[in-house]
Amino acid sequence: MTGETQRQLPDTDFAVVEAPTTLSVSVRINGKVVTRDVEARTLLVHFIREEAGLTGTHVGCDSSSCGVCTVLIDGDVPVKSCTMFAVMAHGRDVRTVESLAVGGKLHPIQQAFWDQHGLQCGYCTPGMMMTSLALLGRNPSPSEHEIREGLSGNLCRCTGYNNIVKAVQQAAEMMAPSAAPEVSHD
Amino acid sequence: MTELKTEHEPPQKLAMGKSMKRKEDPRFLQGKGNYIDDINLKGQLYMALVHSPYPHANILGIDSSAAMDIPGAVAVVTAAELAAHGVGWLPTFHGLDKQMVLATGKVLFQYQEVAACYAETREAAYDMAELVDVDYEPLEVVADPFKAMKDDVLLRPDREAKTNHIYNWNVGDSAGTDAALAASDHVVREHITFPRVHAAPLEPCGCVAEFDAMGRLQFYVTSQAPHVYRTALFMVLGIPEDKIRVISPDLGGGFGNKVPVYPGYVCAIAGALVLGRPVKWIETRTENMTSSFARDYHMDIELGASKDGTLTALKVNTVADHGAFDAAADPSKYPAGMFGIVTGSYQFPHAFANLDAYFTNKQPGGVAYRCSFRVTEASYLIERAMDILADDLGMDPTELRRKNFIRKDQFPYQTPLNFVYDSGDYEHTMDVALEKIGYQDLLKEQAEKRERGELMGIGFSTFTEVTGAGPSKHFDILGIKMFDGAEIRIHPSGSGIIRTGTKSQGQGHETTWAQIVAEELGLDPQNFLVEEGDTDTAPYGLGTYASRSTPVAGGALALASRKIREKARKIAAHLLEVNEHDLEWKDYAFEVMGIPSKRVTMKEVAFAAYTNPGDNEPGLEATLYYDPPNMVFPHGTYVAVVDVDRETGETKVRRFLAVDDAGTIINPMIVEGQIHGGLTEGFAIAFMQEIAYDEAGNNLATNFTDYLVPTSLESPHWETAATCTPSPHHPIGAKSVGESPNVGSPAAFVNAVIDALSPLGVRHIDMPLTREKVWAAIRTAENESPAAD
Repeated sequence: MTGETQRQLPDTDFAVVEAPTTLSVSVRINGKVVTRDVEARTLLVHFIREEAGLTGTHVGCDSSSCGVCTVLIDGDVPVKSCTMFAVMAHGRDVRTVESLAVGGKLHPIQQAFWDQHGLQCGYCTPGMMMTSLALLGRNPSPSEHEIREGLSGNLCRCTGYNNIVKAVQQAAEMMAPSAAPEVSHD
Repeated sequence: MTELKTEHEPPQKLAMGKSMKRKEDPRFLQGKGNYIDDINLKGQLYMALVHSPYPHANILGIDSSAAMDIPGAVAVVTAAELAAHGVGWLPTFHGLDKQMVLATGKVLFQYQEVAACYAETREAAYDMAELVDVDYEPLEVVADPFKAMKDDVLLRPDREAKTNHIYNWNVGDSAGTDAALAASDHVVREHITFPRVHAAPLEPCGCVAEFDAMGRLQFYVTSQAPHVYRTALFMVLGIPEDKIRVISPDLGGGFGNKVPVYPGYVCAIAGALVLGRPVKWIETRTENMTSSFARDYHMDIELGASKDGTLTALKVNTVADHGAFDAAADPSKYPAGMFGIVTGSYQFPHAFANLDAYFTNKQPGGVAYRCSFRVTEASYLIERAMDILADDLGMDPTELRRKNFIRKDQFPYQTPLNFVYDSGDYEHTMDVALEKIGYQDLLKEQAEKRERGELMGIGFSTFTEVTGAGPSKHFDILGIKMFDGAEIRIHPSGSGIIRTGTKSQGQGHETTWAQIVAEELGLDPQNFLVEEGDTDTAPYGLGTYASRSTPVAGGALALASRKIREKARKIAAHLLEVNEHDLEWKDYAFEVMGIPSKRVTMKEVAFAAYTNPGDNEPGLEATLYYDPPNMVFPHGTYVAVVDVDRETGETKVRRFLAVDDAGTIINPMIVEGQIHGGLTEGFAIAFMQEIAYDEAGNNLATNFTDYLVPTSLESPHWETAATCTPSPHHPIGAKSVGESPNVGSPAAFVNAVIDALSPLGVRHIDMPLTREKVWAAIRTAENESPAAD
């Protein structure tokens, strides 16, 4: 966060801090730096969708409940991007669904969701896959319960989770070190 | 009987019955879906709505001056401005009422739309909405339909009838039913409520409206029924239909929530018209949750039986809470939708259903939420009542059902409430379920647990669904008959394009439709492009809801394919230099009868249609409208096995098996996925989801922190299986399945919990069966029971 907004507080019985209305924010999204002047209150999800033009990250609930806006920050931390101001991601790395497939080849997590019919309307799918990826980063061979626990911040209304769990299990197998080498996505 | 997971169709099938992976998935998996909020038009304005904090209040004045001081503010529109343009009210889908676009004179429910704000940015539009100053004079609130029926407070003085009563609908033989009940050995009487719920698709509704240089409305909108929207917009705005193009892009779920035309849509169009710029409006989650509802049926049932459990009569009296406007998406000839299915899978000599609908100060809608109009309420009621009867008579609930099932040799079966069921084999489906779940072992385990004082329940639902609305003689929206169109064009190379009047919200039409046409024409399903949702290109159709896509559009596709095949036969005859009557369609090609070496494939015919058609009209395409002769009636047996914690009231769903009979299955993988999704929503309705109101009319469920939908953690693991009794009148024998699990499962869950609590004497608890409610029922029962301590 920039520090130039510090100023003398006015003499009132409550503190009023006048924030700058626009800020220059730089975020590295999928390896490419995006710099824009945005309102201080701009949410990260709107920065990603509207300033960077990456519409795979969706908005579902405005209240951090549904997880369809989940992205990865600084490599492997899943964050609901409607929970975070764009300015809080200033200078950091953000990874969205658009980074998964490389050269038209689906990432194992995408392939597994396709193979296992882990999606129907597709609206929750990008967030669901980003959360899954973070989960597999922490725990490469999770049990069914660990998968269900790991995905419990992401709602789905169409598929009923059975096939999503199976997709994560398949992805874990595909991404295991013994499996064929994964395509690099950086 | 087949497992859905297995490839079960005989090898000669080309595409039908195969678990083909979905053609639409690569775009969704790569974040390339094109949902409504991904559409941005050059120069667009953003719209935000002002909502009423009061459930019932006069509007004394609206001051928008502070809102217009916001940088980027463009305009504020209220009911007065809309009225000046003649768009103050819009028709409801079954045409029996009309609905305010913006509050006119007074507000009738909390969160009602009061004003629309237009601005250069989304943030500015919301800032404006905060600052529109509305002067309200609160009025007495009527949040309970049983209070509304007293007419102490008249909610809708705009209507000619000065009463809160909306309509009475009844069907069946009232006197005969009363007489049969009076003569019955035993009559079950119970009051059962199906609470108010919301479909809550993860993508909220929204739209972008633009008038192009030719003055033509381009309307991008989350719609399950784009053609009906176009006709409705003509009715509201008076714009000729050729000047309206409705485009429904990818939809992030719908479940019925994307059927109604919402006031926000009309405000966006009005803004685009008046301000001369495109207008975008995307609902917030709270707007989505407070715009419409489903269910809210309060049902009194009387179920008569003889001593041996033979059913004698069914009588149902229902009070329906329709909220502020009668915006139910029901056909006008059938204002209670398909509630007449309330006799379920059973033979009833006499039945009578009566329903009265009332206005209250609650959100309007009455949409069909993942069901064919009112079939969920009806199925829940009869399946619950059957269990209560079994308990009263000391019978096994499956034996009571077996005794009363409509037998497979009785189809087509005329019910006492005016439906003609097409086909079914209820007993077989239940037997498959009993065997797969291991019922006898479960009964043994339950007996042992009961000895130890543990609460284990086994619950059944052997429901019959009714889907596939039309036929047009019975079903309509705004008077428009329910049928569906299909258009197929085969290109010279044998690939093609398929268009229908339906609109997928995740059901996988792009794959399923290609499979139907590929099967009928002997072509590769991978080479068909499926397009839906654009009224400029799609044939007219009534859209996707009430599980009508496969029964109606699927039928249209099969018949349109056959029309193409008939033309192709003439071209094939020309190519083979024989009379067309000497050809037979065999193994996906035209073959000269008795001479297997003389044959041409559809691919060869397709090329000839554009290069060498002989004396035949060139080209290979067909458009067909299918008005089904009857609806279709899928059925199923669902079994839930639960453990209830006696100390906390918490229910654990240990197992859940769904055995569905949806007739011919086109893609088992897609069908199984839809069953999983529907069961999860049924589970949510049984245990979590409810739009609750307090007595003051405050809506207590306005986002996902207070309207609970299940996560992966609480959702049970689903087991599925299938039986198959094809529909005799449908072109490919298909029924439908997407809504069966949501229709059939709530009763199985509740029956299981009540079965668990039955040793304590608990007879019924209304949904949702939260742990608090179950705990309270256990405590009450234990305190009342002489054996309590």
